Amino acid sequence: MTRTDLAIIGAGPAGMSAASTAREAGLSVLLIDEQPEPGGQIWRAIERNASTRPEALAFLGPDYADGAARADRFRASGANYWPSSMVWHLDCPEEGDKTLLVAWDGVTRQVQARTVLIATGAMERPVPVPGWTLPGVMTIGAAQTVLKSSGLYPEAPLVLAGSGPLLLLFAAQCHAAGIPVAAVLDTTPSGAMLRGLPYLPKALFGWRSLLKGRRLMRVLAQSGIPVYRQVEGLEALGAERVEHVRFRSGGKAVKLEATTLLLHEGVVPNPQLTRLIGCEHRWDRAQRCFHPVLSDRGETSVPGVFVAGDGGGIGGAIAAENAGRIAALEIAEDFGAVNRPSGDIEIVKARDNRRAQMAVRPLLDAMYPPPAWIGKLDGDVPVCRCEEVSARAVRGAAADGAPGPNQAKAFLRAGMGPCQGRMCGLTVTEILADAHGKEPDAIGYYRIRPPIKPVTVGELAALDGAD
Amino acid sequence: MFRRLPDPRARPVHFTFEGEALTAHSGDSVAAALLGAGIGHSRTTPKSGTARAPYCMMGVCFECLIEIDGVPNRQGCLVEVRDGMAVRRQQGAPGLPEDLAGEGGQ
Amino acid sequence: MARSSDVIVVGGGLVGAAVAYGLAREGASVTILDEGDVAFRASRGNFGLVWVQGKGDGLPDYADWTRRSKDLYQGFADGMLEHNGCDIELKQEGGLSLCLGEDDYSETEASIHRMHNQPGVGENDRRMIGADDVREMVPIIGPEVSGASYSPHDGHVNPLYLLRSLHAAAQQLGARYVSGAKTLSIAKDGDGFRTETEAGIFRSGKLVIAAGIANKWLAPMVGLDIPVRPDRGHILITERMQPVLPTLLVNARQTADGTINFGNSHEEAGYDTSINPAKLAEIAGSIVRYFPILKNVRVVRTWSALRVMAPDGFPIYRESETAPGAFSISCHSGVTLAAAHALDLAPSILNGGFNDRFAAFSPERFHVSPAA
Repeated sequence: MTRTDLAIIGAGPAGMSAASTAREAGLSVLLIDEQPEPGGQIWRAIERNASTRPEALAFLGPDYADGAARADRFRASGANYWPSSMVWHLDCPEEGDKTLLVAWDGVTRQVQARTVLIATGAMERPVPVPGWTLPGVMTIGAAQTVLKSSGLYPEAPLVLAGSGPLLLLFAAQCHAAGIPVAAVLDTTPSGAMLRGLPYLPKALFGWRSLLKGRRLMRVLAQSGIPVYRQVEGLEALGAERVEHVRFRSGGKAVKLEATTLLLHEGVVPNPQLTRLIGCEHRWDRAQRCFHPVLSDRGETSVPGVFVAGDGGGIGGAIAAENAGRIAALEIAEDFGAVNRPSGDIEIVKARDNRRAQMAVRPLLDAMYPPPAWIGKLDGDVPVCRCEEVSARAVRGAAADGAPGPNQAKAFLRAGMGPCQGRMCGLTVTEILADAHGKEPDAIGYYRIRPPIKPVTVGELAALDGAD
Repeated sequence: MFRRLPDPRARPVHFTFEGEALTAHSGDSVAAALLGAGIGHSRTTPKSGTARAPYCMMGVCFECLIEIDGVPNRQGCLVEVRDGMAVRRQQGAPGLPEDLAGEGGQ
Repeated sequence: MARSSDVIVVGGGLVGAAVAYGLAREGASVTILDEGDVAFRASRGNFGLVWVQGKGDGLPDYADWTRRSKDLYQGFADGMLEHNGCDIELKQEGGLSLCLGEDDYSETEASIHRMHNQPGVGENDRRMIGADDVREMVPIIGPEVSGASYSPHDGHVNPLYLLRSLHAAAQQLGARYVSGAKTLSIAKDGDGFRTETEAGIFRSGKLVIAAGIANKWLAPMVGLDIPVRPDRGHILITERMQPVLPTLLVNARQTADGTINFGNSHEEAGYDTSINPAKLAEIAGSIVRYFPILKNVRVVRTWSALRVMAPDGFPIYRESETAPGAFSISCHSGVTLAAAHALDLAPSILNGGFNDRFAAFSPERFHVSPAA
């Protein structure tokens, strides 16, 4: 059994920054992360690249390179760090410490924490287009990850499809690294600028992000990569793996060859831990996903459990770092580890920094609206990849009386496979909401049960409460 | 399906896939190592037997499930490839380990 | 606006749905009032056994009733198929309750003898078998397994498909299903009843309360005292596997999908459905003792659910004497008894003589003094 003042789950921007801040205030900190190295998804493999592959830092861009200093600061903070470890249960009784159960090297380690910060970040929104289960269809984030961590890139012809900043960033990174891109299929509906206009004044507080966005668009425009606009009806075609993509653009049907199709329709909070502890969530219409409801302090509706970073609402790395800092300072103040006035000044600074980052979100949400077609899905397209449950079957469950995703899950096994609903959760909620003519808030989400990722019987049995 | 940017400092890692000797780079996850080696699909589904390959590479989709050193259904994107690893395609649902007698007698 | 039907069934779980299906089969117009998507929902947390062995120790009528349901099951499953139900994966090929070590074996053997000596319990077919014979049936048992009790009558279904099938069949026969209709109050209303719910007011001639644990506070509204309490059980579900458990066990069953369910734990924990890590570790530890070879199998889900337990563990069935036409139905074996609930108990609700027919299951049994 390990005891700590603050247990942090996730070693991305929010988690690392919270750990460093809480350590400076003198708290005992345990940071648990699934990856072997700190950095999260955004700064994946940052330490290895900084020390052995500096050329990668060049084409991945300055924002990526910035991660090296963050990892150094975290390493020097004195926080207890468990890499390659997976939190599979978090229990939050009304009184007393929280319990974390952590799978590590074949056993379960038990942690008692006075407070918990969930910093598990975001995942890419699953994009259930026909053919999305074919080998060769991946997310843009997946390709970016293997590019960062292994210098691997997809063979030509490579097609990118979707909408939003990560699509632009990855296209620019490919261009800088000399990786050929056959086509970019932009699924953004027409009138992005017009939709964004009302949000522009407020977004100007985040002018640095806006400039970055402009720069990326310019890189794409000058790259010579063919861009298809207002793409609809995207399909991946192929027998054993993807061979072609088919879509409509500007009213015309187009079919292109593709060895790899990379999809991206924005990112959404990774919901498993906040759902597991049953804290309150609300549907965000603009981003078409659920967010845990957080106080100004970053605390969930479960007292003593905080969320920082994209897991609480999408804001990007700098916003996440500041949210991590805010939560850590608030927790330190609760423990009396920081003097109110100085701590409060730091909190105000971090809030201002975070606000500047968040200022561009409404503009981005308006310019790159998340796909509305997902809720309208029907037919054979698999929505649950693990259990191979089609959109039609989900509609059938709704017709048979399933009021929400939990009854649908019981009827269909959707969400019962190894990914435990990560890939189908939002889609099933959206389809049921459409079928019942209700808002997703009224439909709800899968009840998430432990373990939040599969653990072996042996790991469960080896509950290490005594060491 | 994937190519690798030149990396003169990379340390090679030797492992097997379905008994065949393959080389990866130190620091690769097993899933990345297979992509780099041109392996088209890493598992088939338990329900319909359809071929699948990694989708998210960040531990959420479970499409990279693979058998590593006799242990089935491991997330290939979260395990670092090591010298001498024996990796096998995850064919549908796992069965029992092969050394039933040995395990049963512990 | 109040909507009326012959019978309202309060509760859309396995007990309520089975009764509603049975009523609809008899031609009654039925409305099922259910809670929302997230309820205590013992029906989604159960194990799927149609289990006979060991039941009825102390109450021969319960042994009879259980066997009656078991006998009705195949016809019940086929009947639902004719009414738009789905395949519930019924298998009645016998079941084992494994023993670990010699003491466990002799205690189980003694309990078989004890039940033998109770007239009417009818455990004739339950017998002990040695470890070697068990290994023939379940090759993956470990060396600590000392034997098992076996009954050819035991079986299992997929409880989720059973629930779905009951709902589909009841609705095909005209039953109306209303979700998000948590019951707030029940009152007599002329010849019938008026049920106020979160989804409005419903009227009916008769009323069946089959709301699991909630019978404890709903039944008093019709003058019945139903002393049920929650009994927490944990279940562990594995990833899909190739068939490795050819025989059904009381604490382990492999489903048609290939997942293995482990369970059969009991715990007093009030209404708390959280997971107790120590209990999980205990169950997992016992799995490793029963089946060492399953040590590396992955558990994808665990949960705890609340069994609906009477003080003596037997069902409680009663028509109200102060409000005739109102019935309270509760038991913890919603799967095993589903066939009897649909095909035998439901008709009795319509045909009268209910309290005579089910005298053995009256809650009066908890009110008599021990000396009487």
